[in-house]
Amino acid sequence: MATAAGELPKAARGKKQEDVGQIPQWKLMVRRFSQSKLSVGALIVLGFMYTMMIFSDFIAPYPHDALDSNNAFAPPTQIVWGPEGPGIYGLKQELDIERFQWIYTPDPSTIYPIRFFVQGHEYYFLGLFPSRLHLFGVEAPPEANAKIFLWGADKEGRDLFSRVLKGSQISLTLGFFGVFLFVVIGSIVGTASGYFGGALDNLIQRLIELIRSFPDLPLYMALAAAVPLTVPVTVRYFMITIVIAVVGWTGLAREVRGKVLAFRSADYTAAAIAAGASHWHIITYHLLPNAMSHIVVVGMLAIPGAIGLETALSFLGLGILPPAVSWGVLLRDAQTVQAVVTYPWLLIPVILLIVTVMAFNLLGDGVRDAVDPYA
Amino acid sequence: MLSFIARRLVNMLFLLIVVSFVGFWIIQLPPGSILDVQIQRLRMQGGSLPESMIQAMRERYGVDDPFYIQYWKWIQRSLQGDFGTSFETDQKVAERIYNRLGISFGLSLTALLFTWLVAIPIGVYSATHRYTWPDYLITFIQFLGLSIPGFLLALVLLIMASRLWDQPIGGLFSPQYADAPWSLAKVLDFIRHVWIAIVVLAIGATAGLTRIMRANLLDVLNMQYIQTARAKGLKESTVIWKHAVRNAIHPLVMALGTTLPALVVGETLIAIILSLPTIGPLYLDALRSQDMYLAGTILVMLSALLLIGNLLADLLLAWVDPRVRLE
Repeated sequence: MATAAGELPKAARGKKQEDVGQIPQWKLMVRRFSQSKLSVGALIVLGFMYTMMIFSDFIAPYPHDALDSNNAFAPPTQIVWGPEGPGIYGLKQELDIERFQWIYTPDPSTIYPIRFFVQGHEYYFLGLFPSRLHLFGVEAPPEANAKIFLWGADKEGRDLFSRVLKGSQISLTLGFFGVFLFVVIGSIVGTASGYFGGALDNLIQRLIELIRSFPDLPLYMALAAAVPLTVPVTVRYFMITIVIAVVGWTGLAREVRGKVLAFRSADYTAAAIAAGASHWHIITYHLLPNAMSHIVVVGMLAIPGAIGLETALSFLGLGILPPAVSWGVLLRDAQTVQAVVTYPWLLIPVILLIVTVMAFNLLGDGVRDAVDPYA
Repeated sequence: MLSFIARRLVNMLFLLIVVSFVGFWIIQLPPGSILDVQIQRLRMQGGSLPESMIQAMRERYGVDDPFYIQYWKWIQRSLQGDFGTSFETDQKVAERIYNRLGISFGLSLTALLFTWLVAIPIGVYSATHRYTWPDYLITFIQFLGLSIPGFLLALVLLIMASRLWDQPIGGLFSPQYADAPWSLAKVLDFIRHVWIAIVVLAIGATAGLTRIMRANLLDVLNMQYIQTARAKGLKESTVIWKHAVRNAIHPLVMALGTTLPALVVGETLIAIILSLPTIGPLYLDALRSQDMYLAGTILVMLSALLLIGNLLADLLLAWVDPRVRLE
């Protein structure tokens, strides 16, 4: 994955920038980054998704766990234009006895209007203060079966759009924190290993060798299975984060060690030692800043993998567990081909996952080129 | 060369011992044991469990022993080829694994072959036709292949297959062939069932390897010996395949060691979706029901596979590249 699309900006490198020596490095980085249109696009897409995530409770028209047996497997709602702007029809639910499936037919006699900034179920905005305001909702009497399911409903009649939004709160963050954690561990251990050498280095290298002797996915699965089933969701969230980090740091630690070994024998380090600098000063002032660009890039490119991993674990029933919602949990409903063929909208989380992973890959590529703007 | 192999073998053996210990430790980490699972199952079936029965189960499963004694018992028996009894079904662990190992290996090796047969030519083409529209197209498809998790691709392909081509869904055989003796029709039926699994398994790895092949070949093509080869009038195909590709193929050979176990387990999710009887789903079930010996054996077995794969890759590399031998 690290080599993907590495060639892209080389064409842009041909243009010589005259003011390269005069402007600060971060401006050069921004300039180089913005040359890659794909990466900028990816950044915008991700920005949009994370904004949606932050405001998910406000955007979601229904609670993510509101059961509604009148709308089990209801298809995405058709939006029509009525006298008061956009609206929807009510649904009539019938059971197809032969195939044992719910059939929904819209009832065109009444159009229930879609209203914006309506009052709905209560939630805590950013977990801080209570609110009832929602971006949109349908104005309909309770006896009319008229609910807006932008992306359809699942087997319990829960609104998939609301559930996907809720799930993004876990899916978009867990991989991110997991990578952050392993970047921190990997940098510290790798630096220590390369800088101090000797027995410590030997010990750390053997430990890394041991962890890498296990195949990835089975090890992740075994570790995730070791998390007790009874712990609360938040604890489970952090445990899974740690599981991702425990295995992930080894690769980075090796690379950082290699870098540090090289920098350690550089003349400027020898000069710093001769001048009586402390270990701490040498590490934080001479070694880490040099390795930083590499660390950032490795971290960026690891995020999509971690997000995919969380989804895979949750999909297998080892990661996040219901009633908590993540995209992997939602995809458990799409496990059987039968369900997916009959209710294709259950696959919508897949599309979001692919978009996210792809955007992070492209962003990582852009960042990799940007951290070295002189190349 | 011999001392190199011997050193690697000793190192591997030592690692394997440590790996089996750590692996077993991880597997028994979850609180509770198969005993709780079993007791709950029996209670759900109704009736009260007499204390004597629980006690008997306790002794049978040996759940009261401290972890290192359990490990010692298990490893002793394992060395004699007896990996213990699966708690869940009372079958021998070895039997449960062997039943599925064949199909797992068959699928993985076919996928591996497929990967190489596709990745190398495409990578070479992509490198020799850099910045042309087929190259861009290949790059784009690679990105897609890398971004889509395999199991999702399996779902999408399955839907397409069942909707467009009336493709059979899941399993290894259609019902009418399941117990039939092998015949041409059965083989064709088998292929119709597993091709999606092979394609899905191979596609992620193919995307990655194509990319690596392309990048390496591009580096090699800038070398002076390529220029020399061209200057002395060799055919372009000879230059590419004999001089360049042979030097660019290192990382692919090195990746071989990690590819095999990854493929064997990588199919876990895919096998669940396609309901294929392979190692992956078995491992998942064992983990979830805390079937300790079964899960432990599979984990350690896969690690052994990884270590052996790495060793083979090293040997293969020494064979492909004489320079490695000299070091």
